[in-house]
Amino acid sequence: MSLLTLLFGEKKKTASVAKERLQLIIAREHGSAARGIDFLPALQRELIEVITKYVPVNPDDIKVQLEKQDNYEVLEVNIVLPEQRN
Amino acid sequence: MTRVVVITSGKGGVGKTTTSAAFASGLALRGFKTAVIDFDVGLRNLDLIMGCERRVVYDFVNVINGEARLNQALIKDKNCENLFVLPASQTRDKDALTEEGVEKVIKELEHLGFDYVVCDSPAGIERGAVMALTFADEAIVTTTPEVSSVRDSDRILGILQSKSRRAAEGREPVKEHLLLTRYSPKRVDEGEMLSYKDVQELLRVPLIGVIPESESVLHASNQGTPAIHLKGTDVSEAYTDVVARFLGEDRPLRFVNYDKPGLIKRLFGGK
Ligand SMILES: Nc1ncnc2c1ncn2[C@@H]1O[C@H](COP(=O)(O)OP(=O)(O)OP(=O)(O)O)[C@@H](O)[C@H]1O
Ligand SMILES: [Mg+2]
Repeated sequence: MSLLTLLFGEKKKTASVAKERLQLIIAREHGSAARGIDFLPALQRELIEVITKYVPVNPDDIKVQLEKQDNYEVLEVNIVLPEQRN
Repeated sequence: MTRVVVITSGKGGVGKTTTSAAFASGLALRGFKTAVIDFDVGLRNLDLIMGCERRVVYDFVNVINGEARLNQALIKDKNCENLFVLPASQTRDKDALTEEGVEKVIKELEHLGFDYVVCDSPAGIERGAVMALTFADEAIVTTTPEVSSVRDSDRILGILQSKSRRAAEGREPVKEHLLLTRYSPKRVDEGEMLSYKDVQELLRVPLIGVIPESESVLHASNQGTPAIHLKGTDVSEAYTDVVARFLGEDRPLRFVNYDKPGLIKRLFGGK
């Protein structure tokens, strides 16, 4: 150990840098898996099927979205119904 | 009951085939009738590591396509009485392995009274790797102490938990084991390599063993003899411990600590 490292402490070891980076990336990837980006397209498709059974909506007028807000997540479904005729 | 064990990793070149050969041999040495299947379609490797490459006539895909019977394709191992190798096909057709085909072969191995079927997975998270883990009861997730390997192992764990039959059918999940390979206690000691504790903490899977980085793995592959047969080497002992732990025995971890050379040794050299 050199005098410099004795005085100023050692440079951070690369293994601990690796560990910190992995902790972050794994947490983030688990987050996106839990948020289920996988199932959103299927959910959107099935919603369209069900809704068009009752109301004649345009498939493009149904929007499904997930949003993260602080500690919780919001599943937002937006359906634009056609104007009422009478 | 036949138990299906997949050796998987996500990342390539981390020691899946080395481990499949050693682990399957270890199970056979303990008296279990074992088959080891190479799922790496296109790149056949397990036969070389097992040293049976010159006896390959039929392969896994021939059996699936009904071009050969299973017992024509199974190659009896030269070292162990009750070990058989099912080689991969060298076809370039990535769709050659079908879920029904793989299921048929595994069912037939069950009929033939095999205790264990060890599946050597290809790298990646694509079809081949998914096929290898689909029917697994247990998984040995092979990881080197390196960032990309750890991250890929994490991804393959997610796939085990979503795409295996056990997961799809809502049965008891695949039993996961973490195996660290190419481990260098010296580099861990010097802070240059993630420790097995770090990796276990990151992946949260029970550790089944640590295989040290060693030249004897190359000697083993040169000769076509699974590393577990190289008596007296650290790697052989470490794999023997892995098999024992897999069978439920308690074995303390070995080959994970670095003994710093003393002052005399440092001054005068020596091994
Ligand atoms: N414990 C070890 N010590 C030293 N070298 C090793 C060790 N384990 C594996 N290797 C070497 O690492 C290389 C890759 O090993 P192997 O073929 O078993 O990996 P793999 O995960 O099956 O690769 P692929 O993803 O390509 O199928 C080989 O050259 C092998 O000899
Ligand atoms: Mg391999």
